Amino acid sequence: MKGTCVIVGASHAAAQLGPSLRESGWEGRIIMIGDEPHLPYHRPPLSKEFLAGRKQLADIRIRPEAAYRKAGIEFLLGRRVTAIDRERKRVRIEGEDDLPYDVLALTIGSRARRVDLPGTGLPGVHYLRNISDVDAIRPGIRSGAEAVIVGGGYIGLETAAVLRAAGMRVTVVEMMDRVMQRVTAPDVSAFYTRVHREEGVDIRCNIGVAGFEGHGRVEAVRCSDGTCLPADLVIIGVGIVPNTELARAAGLKVENGIVVDDFARTSDAGIVAAGDCTWHQSAVYDRWLRLESVQNAVDQARAAAGTLCGKPARYDALPWFWSDQYDLKLQIAGLSQGYDEAVTRGDRDHGRSFAAIYLKAGRVIAVDAVNRPPEFMIGKKLITGGHIVDRVRLADAAVAMRDLLTAAK
Amino acid sequence: MPRITFIAADGTRTDVQAANGLSLMQAAVNNTVPGIVAECGGACSCATCHVHVQPDWYSRLPAPEGMEKEMLEFVMEPQPTSRLSCQIKLSDGMDGLVVHTPKSQY
Ligand SMILES: Cc1cc2nc3c(=O)[nH]c(=O)nc-3n(C[C@H](O)[C@H](O)[C@H](O)COP(=O)(O)OP(=O)(O)OC[C@H]3O[C@@H](n4cnc5c(N)ncnc54)[C@H](O)[C@@H]3O)c2cc1C
Ligand code: FES
Repeated sequence: MKGTCVIVGASHAAAQLGPSLRESGWEGRIIMIGDEPHLPYHRPPLSKEFLAGRKQLADIRIRPEAAYRKAGIEFLLGRRVTAIDRERKRVRIEGEDDLPYDVLALTIGSRARRVDLPGTGLPGVHYLRNISDVDAIRPGIRSGAEAVIVGGGYIGLETAAVLRAAGMRVTVVEMMDRVMQRVTAPDVSAFYTRVHREEGVDIRCNIGVAGFEGHGRVEAVRCSDGTCLPADLVIIGVGIVPNTELARAAGLKVENGIVVDDFARTSDAGIVAAGDCTWHQSAVYDRWLRLESVQNAVDQARAAAGTLCGKPARYDALPWFWSDQYDLKLQIAGLSQGYDEAVTRGDRDHGRSFAAIYLKAGRVIAVDAVNRPPEFMIGKKLITGGHIVDRVRLADAAVAMRDLLTAAK
Repeated sequence: MPRITFIAADGTRTDVQAANGLSLMQAAVNNTVPGIVAECGGACSCATCHVHVQPDWYSRLPAPEGMEKEMLEFVMEPQPTSRLSCQIKLSDGMDGLVVHTPKSQY
């Protein structure tokens, strides 16, 4: 395959797409344009080891510059694409000449959802999505100081764990009645709430935030119940918004993300898209969805590369995700939405190991496993196999996961 | 700077040289070795960095522990010399190391 492939966005999906294009036989130019000034880097450590200072920029780069050079992948970093001219096959780049393409890939991801509250502009109030966010947050991490995390999702809780370990006094404010409400069963929320409390984090649910106060910088978070929490550092983690404006303005089909088919093709045959920015049909769950995970970015990018090289391969991988908090390694297989029963293994109220297995009509559809690799690894097989499992034995932690797989129909 | 050889399922050899202290997974990713996707970036959570260590080398590496050991029990195409390459820290003593990437990882 010859011609120029332009990739807009330079993160997880792009870092897979470029090399995969070469592997699949793309001989023409590959040019990656990213508005961050960095080579693609691993985003997950931003709320984990990188935030904690245990990893530095060089440690979280997905590949070193030499690997891209060797693969003949060119970069335009710190540049923003402002428009796609599909008719003339060019992208407009802020402050530069238009760049012509033969095929185009959109890996433009998502951004942190902003809240519109009084005081969000105060110094000390942050979001957490990019390296630049962490660079701004880090100087505010001081032992003994007060941190307030708005939102008890994965990123909020991971951040709480890091700040707590750094000696900060940490409060998590969650609007719903439990943390991780959108993605896990009540027992898993209870498990995490207990561990965070044991670690000294103050978790407050059913509370909204009314605004941020301070003179010249944030000093307090005003809550909807009238209470005021002292705050030296605030991190807002209330979800993400897919970057779809570029695609929409170019007339591509957009729903809750850029619409792509099983081969990562957008509504324009010459344009593919992959990662957080896409709206696609899940082969495993038979419904349209948008995923926010490295797995999705990587696997969909591989499908996109195949499509561009005329070797289409369907994207039908099982979604999976992970989250690290303290010594808890959470591994999630599948999507639990729509489950009718959650069976648990392990002790929710003590210790550091626990799992929830989500069933729908007797079949396993998802697994949340904390420090329990067998549940995760066998769980993946149970999900993809569409097996009916014996729920009584499943709930008995003394029965090995392996035996459940052998016995499953 | 140990030299390492990755052998793909189809027999293709990739020789790489990597700095001490890097993980074997990182050495593979840095050189775009096919078959090592390493989705979790070394968090020991994905097993997409699984390799089969050449038997004569296996016992010369520090043994797997904890999470890695548990994950290895359930990987696709398990072998007695299976390892998660993100958990192997390279050192001079590993010069000449040979590992194979399983077929299921392509
Ligand atoms: C703090 C944090 C922790 C996370 N932890 C985990 C985890 O543990 N496990 C997991 O699986 N996932 C995790 N995620 C999610 C994961 O990082 C994302 O799913 C992944 O980054 C998606 O990759 P992407 O390439 O699709 O998009 P993104 O990573 O969002 O990258 C898109 C890139 O495109 C750039 N861009 C956008 N528009 C333009 C334009 N017009 N011109 C030029 N450049 C543009 C953006 O600035 C960005 O650099 C985490 C995310 C965050 C923020
Ligand atoms: S890179 Fe994920 S387990 Fe090794």
